[in-house]
Amino acid sequence: MTSKYSNMTVKAYRRENGRVGVRNHVVILPVDDISNAACEAVANNVKGTLAIPHAYGRLQFGEDLEVHFRTMIGTGSNPNVAAVVVIGIEPGWTKRIADGIRKTGKPVAEFSIEQKGDFETIRAASWAAKGFVHDASEMQREECSISELWVSTKCGESDTTTGLGSCPTVGNMYDKLLPEGITGFFGETSEITGAEHICQKRAINEEVGERWHKMWKAYQDEVIFAHQTDDLSDSQPTKGNIEGGLTTIEEKALGNLEKIGRTSQFIDILDPAEAPQSGNGLYFMDSSSAAAECVTLMAAGGAVIHTFPTGQGNVVGNPIVPVIKITANPRTVRTMSEHVDVDVSGILRREQTIDEAGDALIDMICRTANGRFTAAEALGHREFSMTKLYRSA
Amino acid sequence: MAEIPHLLVHEHDDNVGVVVVEGLKAGTDMLCCITSDNSTFRMTCNDDVPIGHKVALKDFKTGDTAIKYGEDIGKVVADIKQGGHVHTHNVKTKRW
Repeated sequence: MTSKYSNMTVKAYRRENGRVGVRNHVVILPVDDISNAACEAVANNVKGTLAIPHAYGRLQFGEDLEVHFRTMIGTGSNPNVAAVVVIGIEPGWTKRIADGIRKTGKPVAEFSIEQKGDFETIRAASWAAKGFVHDASEMQREECSISELWVSTKCGESDTTTGLGSCPTVGNMYDKLLPEGITGFFGETSEITGAEHICQKRAINEEVGERWHKMWKAYQDEVIFAHQTDDLSDSQPTKGNIEGGLTTIEEKALGNLEKIGRTSQFIDILDPAEAPQSGNGLYFMDSSSAAAECVTLMAAGGAVIHTFPTGQGNVVGNPIVPVIKITANPRTVRTMSEHVDVDVSGILRREQTIDEAGDALIDMICRTANGRFTAAEALGHREFSMTKLYRSA
Repeated sequence: MAEIPHLLVHEHDDNVGVVVVEGLKAGTDMLCCITSDNSTFRMTCNDDVPIGHKVALKDFKTGDTAIKYGEDIGKVVADIKQGGHVHTHNVKTKRW
């Protein structure tokens, strides 16, 4: 069935593996924390590159190490990235990450620091980065169907207006664009608590619903209940949530779930930073509810645009994925408008319907895909936060 | 809607609503709108309530359940009069 959204196109970059990206970054990617300095030096030498420093990558093991590798490989593989220079302290893990990214077919160069030192590594890596920048800067955007976009969502600094306005706006977008064939991501495992019975029912079938519930319960039992020192009422809801009028985790969860709309169902669940394997549709990613961690994981899963409803005014961005901020809170529009991309406060005044707000968001998704900087990009918000499952060895 | 509503209520079953204007004062004759079908009613607010915070649509006794989105959002832990401010001082989660 065709709708008014079926023929929408955006001007974007088609990558070697067929995926569509909306940015054209040349990334200098550290394997580990001690390679950050070399990466930042390369990015300083070669303009048009982007170093992504982070805090981890040494002495991790087991599932925690797998999340690290998936996040690194997924970040480099994201279609918003044209080419990658990978730098690590030693060659083994460096090669593993570089080879993982190479599977996309994009240009990747790898360098390790041991036996050479920072100077020699930076010199060699800078030459590679310069070549990548010349090539990337000649790449042209081409017309791509909106259905080829992978769009993630996670809300932050939520309040009661997110459940009334900005989250239903995202939900309306998904209800309109998922049938057109986009791929969507939502998550925030801890934040579904209070509405888990409703979330489970939004699975495409019982089997997926049961796997979802098992994943949600494992988080409750193994993390929340294993480590809690109080009743969590100051963390979920957060101080900001409570200031904004949210009283309980149930109320917060019900507002959060408005992001998947009225009709959308999720077709599968993903581990943190895992790329979808089950085709087009909506996926639940097991993820933190902390903004930067969640956006980082979804970007590593392959999302190229993130839609971020906020009530009290979260300011998060991401180095490789444009983060579109949507708010319905008129006070936030008044006091923090430099962070707001889509103002849907008209919903609260009953001047704008959810349907109209959803269309306004789709319009902003198209403009952002075409190259418009989001507020977070213009303000230099590049938060990249690794998810860590447990202490390193 | 010619007049801007003071209070939005998600569903007809809800017993709390959300203040959507800044600086709401006790005694205000609020225009209240149920968003599921845009029906309206009027009610007096009995407290100064900040934007985003909730107002009781009925009298609550300790032990009652607060309903929003047509769903249970927690238990009432102190009596609340209709038109009163509903928040962490009188409603708690049933989860933790």
